[in-house]
Amino acid sequence: MSHFVRRQRYLIDFTVASLARRKGKNLGLLGVYTLIVFLLASVMLFTQALRQEAGLLLENAPEVVVQRMVAGRHDLIPADYLERMGRIRGVAAQYGRLWGYFYDPAVQANYTLLVPRDRDINNGEMIVGHGIARTRGLGTGDFISFRASSGTTFSFRVAEVLAADAELVSADLLLVNEADFRAFFGIAEGLYTDLALEVRNPQEVRKVAEKLTVLLPDTRPILREEILRTYDALFQWRQGIVFVLLAGSLLAFVIFAWDKASGLSAEERREIGILKAIGWETADVIRMKFWEGALVSLGAFLLGYLAAYIHVFFFDAALFAPVLKGWAVLYPQFRPQPFIDGLQVATLFFFTVFPYTVATVVPIWRAATTDPDAVMR
Amino acid sequence: MIRLNDISKAFNQRQPNEFWAVRDVTLDIDAKRVTVLRGPSGSGKTTLLSMIGCLSRPTSGRILLGERNLSGLPERFLTQIRRETFGFIFQRFNLIQGLTVLDNVMLPAYPLAPDHHELVQRAHTLLEQFGMASKRESKVEWLSGGEAQRTAICRALLNDPQVIIADEPTANLDTRLSQEFMNIIGELKAAGRTLILTSHDPVVSEAPCVDRVITLRDGQVQAS
Amino acid sequence: MLLSPAILALIGVSAVVTALLLLAAVFAVRVLRHWDLQSGSELQLRLERSTYLISTLVTFAIAAEVVALLLFVYNAESMHTQFVGAMCATGVLNVNAWGWPALLLKIAVFFAGTVWLLLNRLDNQGYDYPLIRLKYGLLLVLLPLVATAAFVQLQYFLNLNPDVITSCCGSLFSPDAQGVAAEVSAVTPRDAMLALYGSGALVLASGAVYLWRRRFATLFAASAAIAFPVAIVAIVSCVALYVYEHPHHHCPFCILKSGHDYIGYWLYIPLFTATALVLGVGALSPWRNIASLRAAVATDARRYAAIALAGFMLFYAVATFAIVRSNLTMAGTWW
Repeated sequence: MSHFVRRQRYLIDFTVASLARRKGKNLGLLGVYTLIVFLLASVMLFTQALRQEAGLLLENAPEVVVQRMVAGRHDLIPADYLERMGRIRGVAAQYGRLWGYFYDPAVQANYTLLVPRDRDINNGEMIVGHGIARTRGLGTGDFISFRASSGTTFSFRVAEVLAADAELVSADLLLVNEADFRAFFGIAEGLYTDLALEVRNPQEVRKVAEKLTVLLPDTRPILREEILRTYDALFQWRQGIVFVLLAGSLLAFVIFAWDKASGLSAEERREIGILKAIGWETADVIRMKFWEGALVSLGAFLLGYLAAYIHVFFFDAALFAPVLKGWAVLYPQFRPQPFIDGLQVATLFFFTVFPYTVATVVPIWRAATTDPDAVMR
Repeated sequence: MIRLNDISKAFNQRQPNEFWAVRDVTLDIDAKRVTVLRGPSGSGKTTLLSMIGCLSRPTSGRILLGERNLSGLPERFLTQIRRETFGFIFQRFNLIQGLTVLDNVMLPAYPLAPDHHELVQRAHTLLEQFGMASKRESKVEWLSGGEAQRTAICRALLNDPQVIIADEPTANLDTRLSQEFMNIIGELKAAGRTLILTSHDPVVSEAPCVDRVITLRDGQVQAS
Repeated sequence: MLLSPAILALIGVSAVVTALLLLAAVFAVRVLRHWDLQSGSELQLRLERSTYLISTLVTFAIAAEVVALLLFVYNAESMHTQFVGAMCATGVLNVNAWGWPALLLKIAVFFAGTVWLLLNRLDNQGYDYPLIRLKYGLLLVLLPLVATAAFVQLQYFLNLNPDVITSCCGSLFSPDAQGVAAEVSAVTPRDAMLALYGSGALVLASGAVYLWRRRFATLFAASAAIAFPVAIVAIVSCVALYVYEHPHHHCPFCILKSGHDYIGYWLYIPLFTATALVLGVGALSPWRNIASLRAAVATDARRYAAIALAGFMLFYAVATFAIVRSNLTMAGTWW
């Protein structure tokens, strides 16, 4: 075993010296290789961060949301449905929620108005999300007016601006109290936008949903796990599309790698001939050449991954953000949280190092089977 | 100790430009002697030398090293034998540019992966023997002809081979250095090694240590 | 179909591996037709050179397949959130009928490929390449296996529809459910452990005999071929239960997770390696009487057997350890 290790050490020794001797060619290859790793790693890291973020944010969302359907469309739900539900086993809490959308022609954006359960807001005041505050230049104490569908203008005083941390969901959020909400949208007492249920045991969620469809036939239950799954699939799908789009550059890289590996200069050919003449076997030369590829791959992988990490987590993935986050006027500014996992690294490896190595197998073999006899002449 | 029976070597077989470099050569090389292969360029001496030294395989015929038949051996085993038995000195020295003298000398042993310390010792001893110890860290590009020649000799001797093969060793040396080289050959012969050289340089073929000169022409041995 | 990068990578790797083996097979056919070691013709020299390429291609292909096998399992694990009812990788593999066959074929490729590589290594040590026709013939058999594995995996991925409700390992692995998986866990823990220790004793004994006497290699190999599936059954129907400390959690993949100290690796890696090596011993020993291979068979087979026995012992030790240290006590019920 130690003989094996020693032999690899000798080969690596020679390989490092050999790479250093042809800096120009190898730096060019390293550069392109690093770029490919950087591109793919950026996409993967960013998507992973988005998925994490969505998961974290939805952690506190209710497990089941019950919406009333009229003619296939979402309608307001009467409060007495809460009594009709009765006590379903496994449901820890059930309550009505009030929220709605508002289109602001001033910035051509949609806001979400919500009545929070955990805060008290005074009449005439509102808590504003960071995105809106930014776009409309609002700070605490400022006033903002909206024109309701009834034609009346409502004026609110900004009591607080939400922190930027959870912007992904709260960027366009406006929080008001129940009375103001009902007055603004003209929703009568006894009606809610939808009902929320909290279920402790994740394995019982489906059962609860089944029971609801029986108890309240004109409603549909939306499960948090379904939302998560949909986001997951959406982000994965978007990621996949970007990868497919990058397939072109991957192919170009493979051809480039092949070319570089095949294009041995006369000097390199001579060197291999010399090695074989002084006692190196074809298998030794193949191993040495593979180490060359491995070292270059390792360097490119580390550099590219590091660069991608910095790009995504320090520069907020400036290059890719629009494609992956989706279409919106108010782009939430959020700091992706660093997250690396083995599956991601392995997938990246298969998209970069593997094609590179495959592209170089036949050229390496061709080089290694150089006739040592030629060196005698 | 090395016997060739009806050795032939062809290039581009079955093609319009088929060429037989060596044809039906039968030869015995004696152990512990200096044998010189002489002939004009194109006479096949380099081809013959590479076959004797296990660098290439004959198209037909048999080569026996002692008792062992080399002709049917696959490359892996040929290389093993070559490593253990033969040391090569090439016409243009064929040192690897960009590496130091020491690295170049140690190179043949890399695939065998010996203990590093011991290998360096061996290399040092050889370099000292040939007066190259002070230059061991220099890059080979900066060496003079004679120094490069001596480095090549050290490299050839690293695995302690029985047979030394040198192809046109004095082609790039002046007369003084050529004579020095032949003196080294004499020393190696006295140490019990077998030497085979090719040359058309009279300094080589007429040196006192040479035991036998074989003339080649058009791939065949001339009666001498 | 789900268009995730990991799935794209897996499909890509399988396709490329099949292509590499196809290339190797093309060269192998050429060698099979014209090989003549005694001839010094240029054709023969070219053929000899191509043997290096074939070795390199197959080594590389099998190495990639091994890593891809791990990626396949990890990917299945990470996708479980996208399938209703799937709690882990087992649920994901159940989404359509191609899932388990894909995994089994990949495992088969691993064993077949490793044994081929061991045989190749042996042949290369013979100065007259005595097994060359045999091994390249076997390569032509390996190729369709790899191609089938790639195809089945592709079908699996193409038919992955996230909205299909699948059964998670709980309902699948319960004895009343249909299918192989259910039958496997319907084996009582007692029977499974008896079989495990029984087959283990057989393997270790025949291995010891082989190391001591160099005989009965076929018996040794056969005992390993039995010990492997028995071990898998034992893991699913008994050992896993102790690891999870839950009498109905039969999943063979969850033991690889960090929550269980990665004990799955300590079980699977020795098991797979040891089985592959013993199969290798079985493949090598028929050739011990060929003059050029005699020494090589003696050294290699011995080394493989020794490592394999160590691997098996480690596996049985870890399995026993997992049961012993577990907080689950089923003393009255199972034993």
